[in-house]
Amino acid sequence: MIVTDTRTGRRPGTLGDSAVRPDGVAKVQGTFSFSSDEQIDGCVFGATLRSPHPSARIVSIDVSGAWKVSGVEAVLTAEDVPGNATYGLVVADQPVFAADVVRYVGEPVAVVAADHPETCQRALAAIRVDYEVLEPLLDPEVAIRGEHPDIHPDGNILRHQRIVHGDPDATGDVMVEGTYELGMQDQAFLGLEAALAIPEPGGGGIELHIATQWLHEDRRQIAACLGLPEPKVRLVLGGVGGAFGAREDISLQVHTCLLALRIGRPVRIQYSRRESFVGHVHRHPARIWMRHHATTTGQIVKIEARFVFDGGAYASTSSPVLLNGITHTQGPYRCPNAVVDGWAVRTNNLPCGAMRGFGVVQACFAHESQMDRLAEACGLGAVEIRLRNAMRTGDTLITGQVVESVAPVARCITEADALPLPEEPVGGRDGDPMRLPGGAGRTSDAEHVHRGIGWGVSIKNLMYSEGFDDFATARCRLSGGVVTLKFATAEVGQGFVVIAGQIARSVLGVDEVRLDTVDTDIGSSGSTSASRQTWMSGGAVDAACRKVRERLFDHVAAQHGLDPLRLAIDGTDVIDTMGTLRLAVEDAVMGREFDETVEFRHRPTEDLDENGQGNCHTAFAFAAHRAVVDVDAELGLVKVIQIATAQDVGRALNPLSVLGQIEGGIAQGLGLAVMEEIVRNAGYVRNASFTDYLLPTSLDMPEVVVSLVEEPDPQAPLGAKGVGEPPCISSTPAIVAAIRDALRHAGIERRLDRVPVRPSDIAL
Amino acid sequence: MPEFYELQINGSAHDVHDAWLGESLLYVLRERLGFTGTKSACEEGECGSCSVLVDDVLVCACLALAGSATGKTVTTVEGLAATGTPSDVQQAFVTAGAVQCGFCTPGLIVAAHALLTESPEATGQEIREALSGNVCRCTGYGRILEAVAAAARARLAAGAGSIDDRGET
Ligand code: FES
Ligand code: FES
Repeated sequence: MIVTDTRTGRRPGTLGDSAVRPDGVAKVQGTFSFSSDEQIDGCVFGATLRSPHPSARIVSIDVSGAWKVSGVEAVLTAEDVPGNATYGLVVADQPVFAADVVRYVGEPVAVVAADHPETCQRALAAIRVDYEVLEPLLDPEVAIRGEHPDIHPDGNILRHQRIVHGDPDATGDVMVEGTYELGMQDQAFLGLEAALAIPEPGGGGIELHIATQWLHEDRRQIAACLGLPEPKVRLVLGGVGGAFGAREDISLQVHTCLLALRIGRPVRIQYSRRESFVGHVHRHPARIWMRHHATTTGQIVKIEARFVFDGGAYASTSSPVLLNGITHTQGPYRCPNAVVDGWAVRTNNLPCGAMRGFGVVQACFAHESQMDRLAEACGLGAVEIRLRNAMRTGDTLITGQVVESVAPVARCITEADALPLPEEPVGGRDGDPMRLPGGAGRTSDAEHVHRGIGWGVSIKNLMYSEGFDDFATARCRLSGGVVTLKFATAEVGQGFVVIAGQIARSVLGVDEVRLDTVDTDIGSSGSTSASRQTWMSGGAVDAACRKVRERLFDHVAAQHGLDPLRLAIDGTDVIDTMGTLRLAVEDAVMGREFDETVEFRHRPTEDLDENGQGNCHTAFAFAAHRAVVDVDAELGLVKVIQIATAQDVGRALNPLSVLGQIEGGIAQGLGLAVMEEIVRNAGYVRNASFTDYLLPTSLDMPEVVVSLVEEPDPQAPLGAKGVGEPPCISSTPAIVAAIRDALRHAGIERRLDRVPVRPSDIAL
Repeated sequence: MPEFYELQINGSAHDVHDAWLGESLLYVLRERLGFTGTKSACEEGECGSCSVLVDDVLVCACLALAGSATGKTVTTVEGLAATGTPSDVQQAFVTAGAVQCGFCTPGLIVAAHALLTESPEATGQEIREALSGNVCRCTGYGRILEAVAAAARARLAAGAGSIDDRGET
């Protein structure tokens, strides 16, 4: 029985309700099929041979040894790629297999297929590659200065973009500056890369079951490399074990298809964790210099900045990541004048691309550290300096774009500030050693533990930018009392599957919503990234459902001789708002079927000009974070005690899902602040395992207190803004600011200009 | 040398034929016997995705040789409740919003079952400690901790009348 909430009048499962996920039971029972779980009879295993060098010339490859291993069915190298030799999201600059040179440690050189994963490993070991090792390009500044020969035919500069806004010569009475660095963070989704390719029997086509963020973009790149027309390549979404940006680029897709087409049998490839660390793109390591000019009362007058992002060996999305970084230089604050110089360069480091926050994480760590310095220089508090400069709707950004989005920056700050501080006493002072930074196993002493508070506030663009034709497709079928939705939107954990059903129930007054297979049999939904799917695919599902509703009303109106404009949905009924007709939706449909497909677009955006001016972004979301940490200044140990956050969500379509995004994003922000980094030495990766790359556990995560700032955005189809990225953007600088504050209480001044902050940065 | 060995999984016997003896329990469960509910995410005992019970003890299946589980009982996530009728802990995860991508979930469910069997009155910090061997990249743990605490509370409330029976299996 369906019980309506008498306080809100809301039907369960409709918009605004914390409806539970339709895939929840399968996931808790272990019956949900992830891409790594897909097995079919006659399937063989594939594996990849990778470059051991950051830079080397391939003198020769001898695969004959691999063929001698019993059980081997295929060995492929660059010679065996029938279509385009390279692929890429923005430019096709990355080889399917390295042919003449290798440009990073882990670059694919060959693949094999065999009857057992161990056979594959023996076959890989039997391939002889003769390398002539070259001097790697590792320092982005060397690339910028042009002091290293081009490591790629496209050159070593991936993008250079300036922003000049207002009066470039303006100065302020107060000036603060700093150079900030961020290490390379890994998305570390739990569900490793895995794919199953099934060749079409008797035909030249292929079906790929794949965990990805964007089926259609994958298909475009795969088909080109296979030399097949796109309709010959069908992609089906395999269950996705997290993504966070790491599944936006091609990894094993082309390899798996090539092997399956070669041997005419299904092939599975699954990466190991070690391989995954080099098998997908990462967050760009960055070095950012910023100088803020302000009045003595703390009003920002001008910002100067220089961004250097290390893109690694291939372009991936470095260009839009850099754009995002530099266009968010000012943060969520007013800034009339700016001079910004941004570089994304190619090196022989691991390729970098999308990760949750997409360039804005880097900018935010710099601008928030600067805001604290400015506060100090002006004798103001962290909250006061931010409130004085808080951006509002109608403000002009340093790109000349006017912020049309709802911009409740001041409200986010004051609401976060009003959240209660933790009651827990300073670490270990209650005699409980478990509460010490580092836990009971360390030698931390309660006397050396100090508490600090820090702030981080952020602005994040939503959806795609710079003139990209960004759209999502959805199909809605109403038959009987049941709605079936079809879309190609990748569910990666974020919960679009629950939101889609909520939209259909709200618009069409049905209870039962079925979700069709997610595949390329319908138009693209774009990528599950850029906090865009609730707005874009949500907008598409909403529009398709509304179109069906219109047709339903036309039908009912014709049957009853009414004007369709008088009809509305009330609960699960169609009603005549000016009369007495009331008809269950199920009865109103009466053996008919309504079927509509809609493409939804956000408003167009523009490229930046050479001065970085232009309406390049679609919309913005904001968040404020306040961190409370305990720090053992002597040992350099940190325990995050609490994160309080107020986030501009537009409208919470599913408050429980929003909370999950906020808590999960904060965990990743905490990881970047104090533990997560892919440690590299001369282009080699030193910690490609979960033993050595540390992820936050349940003992590292603090209490999170949340205030949802709900001001529905009139430009958003459902009033809702994307909520996925902001939590991981400003939580990092808030935690670092709190550590600086705690150290100040211990009488120690540390700039802590680099994340992750290591114990040695604190204690030494 | 035998051509096969037998494993007792979720109450029934399964023969493993012609297997290489170096295979982990995780590999045999997933690849040879089709128990794909148990996940592989690190294969070095760091993430807990592969958690199973061997003679009711919580074990990382990636670190155990399959052969070492002969003569013992293995319980995987699939063995905790009948398909379609989730256990109390499983239902608590769904209701509390503890599931996003769900990749960590089976391991966490097994770990939470083990915890609540061993320490039915576990709360707050104890739950955090017990689950700290299970990495979740999506949720930040808030809803997971809430789910386990809710399941513990519900069990205690339901079992309040027969508290002496606790621990008997
Ligand atoms: S896969 Fe066994 S602990 Fe990670
Ligand atoms: S829900 Fe994705 S890893 Fe936990």
